[in-house]
Amino acid sequence: MDSTESTTSESVAKKKGKTKKLKRNVKPVKDPVQEMDQAEGEATETKPVSGVCFPPTFSVSEIKNKQRRHAMFLKFKEEKRKQKLELKKKKKKERKALGDEAPPKEVPKTIENQRIYDETTVNPEDEEVAFDEGTDEFSAYFNRLTNPKVLITTSDRPRGRTVRFCEQMATVIPHAHVYYRRGLALKRVIPQCISRDFTYLIVVNEDRKVPNGLVLCHLPDGPTAHFKLSSVRLRKEMKRRGKEPTEHVPEVILNNFTTRLGHSIGRLFAALFPHDPQFVGRQVATFHNQRDFIFFRFHRYIFKNEKKVGIQELGPRFTLKLRSLQKGTFDSKFGEYEWVHKRHEMDSSRRKFHL
Amino acid sequence: MADKSQICSIWLGSETGILKGVSLTKKQAFNFCEMSCLSRDQEVCVMAWGDPHESEVLLGSVNGTVKTFSTDKGIFTATRECGDPSQGRFTGLAVTDSSMITCVESGLLKVWKEGSTETVEVNVGNGICRMRQNPSQRHRVATGGKENPLKVWDLERPDKPIFTAKNVAHDWLDMRVPVWVRDIGFIPDSDKIVTCTGHHQVRVYDPSTPQRRPVLEAQFGEYPLTALSLPASQGTVVVGNTHGELAMLDLRKGLVRGCLKGLAGAVRGLQCHPSLPLVASCGLDRFLRVHSLEDRSLQHKVYLKSRLNCVLLSSRELESSSADLSGDVEEVKAEEDVDEVWDTMETVTEKAKKRAVQKDEATVTGKKKRKLVKK
Repeated sequence: MDSTESTTSESVAKKKGKTKKLKRNVKPVKDPVQEMDQAEGEATETKPVSGVCFPPTFSVSEIKNKQRRHAMFLKFKEEKRKQKLELKKKKKKERKALGDEAPPKEVPKTIENQRIYDETTVNPEDEEVAFDEGTDEFSAYFNRLTNPKVLITTSDRPRGRTVRFCEQMATVIPHAHVYYRRGLALKRVIPQCISRDFTYLIVVNEDRKVPNGLVLCHLPDGPTAHFKLSSVRLRKEMKRRGKEPTEHVPEVILNNFTTRLGHSIGRLFAALFPHDPQFVGRQVATFHNQRDFIFFRFHRYIFKNEKKVGIQELGPRFTLKLRSLQKGTFDSKFGEYEWVHKRHEMDSSRRKFHL
Repeated sequence: MADKSQICSIWLGSETGILKGVSLTKKQAFNFCEMSCLSRDQEVCVMAWGDPHESEVLLGSVNGTVKTFSTDKGIFTATRECGDPSQGRFTGLAVTDSSMITCVESGLLKVWKEGSTETVEVNVGNGICRMRQNPSQRHRVATGGKENPLKVWDLERPDKPIFTAKNVAHDWLDMRVPVWVRDIGFIPDSDKIVTCTGHHQVRVYDPSTPQRRPVLEAQFGEYPLTALSLPASQGTVVVGNTHGELAMLDLRKGLVRGCLKGLAGAVRGLQCHPSLPLVASCGLDRFLRVHSLEDRSLQHKVYLKSRLNCVLLSSRELESSSADLSGDVEEVKAEEDVDEVWDTMETVTEKAKKRAVQKDEATVTGKKKRKLVKK
């Protein structure tokens, strides 16, 4: 007994640094030893999987030896995997056997599938919502009375990355002008912008040399949205990108803004761009909302034939998350908020989204 | 239309000019408006009950008209021109016997008498944010606004206010504390007045004392407080701010008793039920929420598609209002259930009588009897 034990321990010590396969080979030697210690008179078989009988309350975590525990766990996983494969094969066989009568394939559950129904989801035929949207602060833009003119600025003393990001945003958004902030107060900048016929003010906030926030203020008296900005990729960091964006007005795609709040934000983004896109330029800006994150991408597309399109990503890409929507122009202290993100109340469920 | 309006227990005015009625028992909301002639200048600024029986709702709009809506008939019965938009929005609407009081932002407080076109005008100062009527002494109103301190006016002697609040002493930097009264409430059974300010302060004034400065001052949050309401139970006040935070404050010490969670947008209208411990809140997030004041839980939440400006609660019981209306089928079923209920009820009442008898005995005799009764 002692000799066998010492051999096993030696073998383990030698093969400590070696691969799993070797460990597995060690296993059948170890197990019978354990067996003899624990259960007397129980037949030991060569196959460790079916032959080992442990007391029913045994769990893998009770083995104190890390290597043995790890090996047991791997065995356990492999057995589970085998069972799963067998089940799959069986199901496939049954499906084949039934042929046409087979029940439809089950759709896997995703968080988007399981999303809790939001009662503020806009019904397209709703008159009241249509009236509300038709007469809100964006009505001037959507009735084609004004053309967008955007002012892009940053927080005070921006560093290189933010400056380059603002310049690239200005190429993507037509009629956009970048101005240096110079430590000016936004409440004083806004009346001057209004007098110079600007319709939008974008302020990119920077923290530790990286842009991390975006304030989007619709100018005459419009709502102010504050976003968290993340995953900013500048043009030179993009793989397989195309050439510089041209001056053509891009098309705008707004995906998945379904709730009332989502509608407001979608209109906010739509009003950034002029109405008539120039299809000659073949450029498209996409704002895709998924799980309350808004992904911005800028592509150039080309139709190879009727069914195939090739796309090239140009331009910066970034991700936004709405933090608050304030009614009126920027006034964080005394303004009235239409929607504020309250983490502990709103983020308690993984399947509830607000946009 | 009439049956819809009769079951509604909560009335709301929205920014689109639509009057909404909500029935909590039936869990339904109704719009009372003419869809063809909606416009933004009919946005409802203030709402008030037209009479003590709560059969008429008065709505004040941005374009200066005051409409009367009858809850029994379910239609707008009258419209009245009470001023023009150049003087600002309505900030207060109240009704005394046979006359209506309106106040606008520019400070023009008018008393409109029924039938006649003459009005009694009072200038209460510029920048008014709110005008409220004392529910027990209906000829007294209080006004307050931005850089316009709280003033209580008696409409029988409209030339001078009977009480003007004095600003608090300079703060620790020796600077003048700015004044911005956003909402006012009269504490029942006393002369005291509670105000909430745009600088997140809640102040209690007592006109019966010679002290013109606030008797109590409390702070809540960091954002302007926009609405205030006094519940039926004494000693507390419910306030809401622009960030959607609703809190109950204790008026004896000025401490926060608890917060009511759930709102995402600025609170525009707040009202406590006259007898039940419930509070209804509406705001810019387009929801009506009814919270219970005892355990601070959300009882009802209703999505109403426009931004809401003001809310009015009727004083009838919110839960049992459905007992009045019943279809034939429901009546038949209810009768059977009612019989069973009455059968069980009789036995209970007998016990109660016994207990009452025991209680009487207990007051005369000693402690032992009390223990028996407590079971």
